[in-house]
Amino acid sequence: MSSAEKARPAKPHEMSSSWYEASARQRVDFVLDAGSFQEFLGPEMREVSPHLRVFDLPEQFDDGIIIGRGLLAGSPVFIAAQEGRFMGGAFGEVHGAKLTGLLRAARDAKSIPLLILFDTGGVRLQEANAGELAIAEIMRAVVEARTAGVKIIGLIGGRAGCYGGGGLTAGCCSALVVSEQGRIAVSGPEVIETNRGIEEFDSRDRALVWRTMGGKHRHLIGAADVFVDDTAKAFRDAALALVQTVAALTLETLLNEQVRLEKRLQSFGASGDALDIWKAIGVPEAASVPGMPTEKFVSLADKLRSTHHDAR
Amino acid sequence: MTLDEILASLFPDGCKVENDNGILTGYGSLQAGGQGMVIGVSDRTALGVDEAIRLSSFVLGALKTGSGPILVIVDSDSQRMSKRDELLGLNEFLAHLAKCLTYADMHGRPTIGILYGHSAAGAFLATALATRVLVGLPGASPAVMDLPSMSKVTKLSVEVLEEKAKSTPVFAPGLENLAQTGAVHRIWSATSSLAAQLDALLADLPDTRDIRDSLGKERKGRIKAAEIAERVHALALAP
Repeated sequence: MSSAEKARPAKPHEMSSSWYEASARQRVDFVLDAGSFQEFLGPEMREVSPHLRVFDLPEQFDDGIIIGRGLLAGSPVFIAAQEGRFMGGAFGEVHGAKLTGLLRAARDAKSIPLLILFDTGGVRLQEANAGELAIAEIMRAVVEARTAGVKIIGLIGGRAGCYGGGGLTAGCCSALVVSEQGRIAVSGPEVIETNRGIEEFDSRDRALVWRTMGGKHRHLIGAADVFVDDTAKAFRDAALALVQTVAALTLETLLNEQVRLEKRLQSFGASGDALDIWKAIGVPEAASVPGMPTEKFVSLADKLRSTHHDAR
Repeated sequence: MTLDEILASLFPDGCKVENDNGILTGYGSLQAGGQGMVIGVSDRTALGVDEAIRLSSFVLGALKTGSGPILVIVDSDSQRMSKRDELLGLNEFLAHLAKCLTYADMHGRPTIGILYGHSAAGAFLATALATRVLVGLPGASPAVMDLPSMSKVTKLSVEVLEEKAKSTPVFAPGLENLAQTGAVHRIWSATSSLAAQLDALLADLPDTRDIRDSLGKERKGRIKAAEIAERVHALALAP
């Protein structure tokens, strides 16, 4: 195979497919070179959650996460993809342990980047303690791997978003790719509304949800490094660019992140709405951001935001 | 135990710990010699962006100059659930705090969580569960989510959930259940000196490798996690 052929994605005709609409397995195919994926503990191993049957819930043979290794433009990568359509992509004991094992392997291999295709509502409540602890183990393993020099890129644009412990794990990654449909947060809209009332957050107000937690806002405040269209090709190209650029985690990185987050609080801590923040950042017509096409938004964001890869 | 009782018993030779609206920062003299750094959340305070950034600032400041263990003393609510905190990127602030604690632990500043009250969800992940070793004091009440909220999400009645909780430690809140999964390393006694128990723990501290999944297997609270992670690790590193 020539290097040009190797660099070709899975199935060129699928490259305009929607990331949001795709399954976890399709997304793995979208990202990796054709035929290069090798799965670990695939569905044929039937490693299902031991806890769902207690609640008479259906199991899935991969427990809602696909992990393995493959090639991205000819270079090896590890990959993990959550299936948002199975239990909201939530972390349970088996689901979490598969990702933990992969991260520990990446840490020990040192030089192979790892892509995490997030699509999750957070902890799977039916196995709450195991799910919460799995996320703690994953976060620790991410820091260990990054400290060893591994680049860990998160890709966020699925139906379930990236909530709860998924949001914290994303915050530990070297860099994030997000689409307009991608949402990143800790508490979901319904959880805030349930706990604090509809005056605090109206979860049915979709525009509010999108501008508070959605991809454009996250990109503008520096929480997500790359903003992309909702297509297979866009996510693949962004992942490819990031595995070549982001830096390792050092004490300096953490000191820079401290400054970055402190500045955000100083600048925008009194803002009541994303529109106020966008105005304060210098967006000329803040109200036009949600409807702005990707190309225009990205070029605007490039002029306004100031995030560096050594500050996360 | 109250926070004052805990600090007095942990540091009989004295400590200087400030409690500013539920956010703890300070130092205490260890019985074995040297100083322990203290951070924490008290009075069931919710952990939001403002609280998290102060704790991470204190950890990073101490990393540049100090030495000795870092104690993370926790009685918190969950993360603060508000529009403002999410708007400002609460996930990044909590992740940053966890990263600072993990980094410190890996670089010569062993972290020990001491859970004496409540903690839940994102706040639990960014503080007590971001330490190398977590101990629980009697009366501590960790939870991922309370049963009424779980009932709302799972569409099962609270009665059914209470029944399931009796037979399913992996699902039910509580210190004993968390210990069984491997999250809580030891449960300390409230009636003997915490300083002596801390000394014993420091003298017998596991290395920085995360052993919580193998503890969970030994204690039969998480029967599959350690084995699954080990198998994946081996497969991924196979030539």
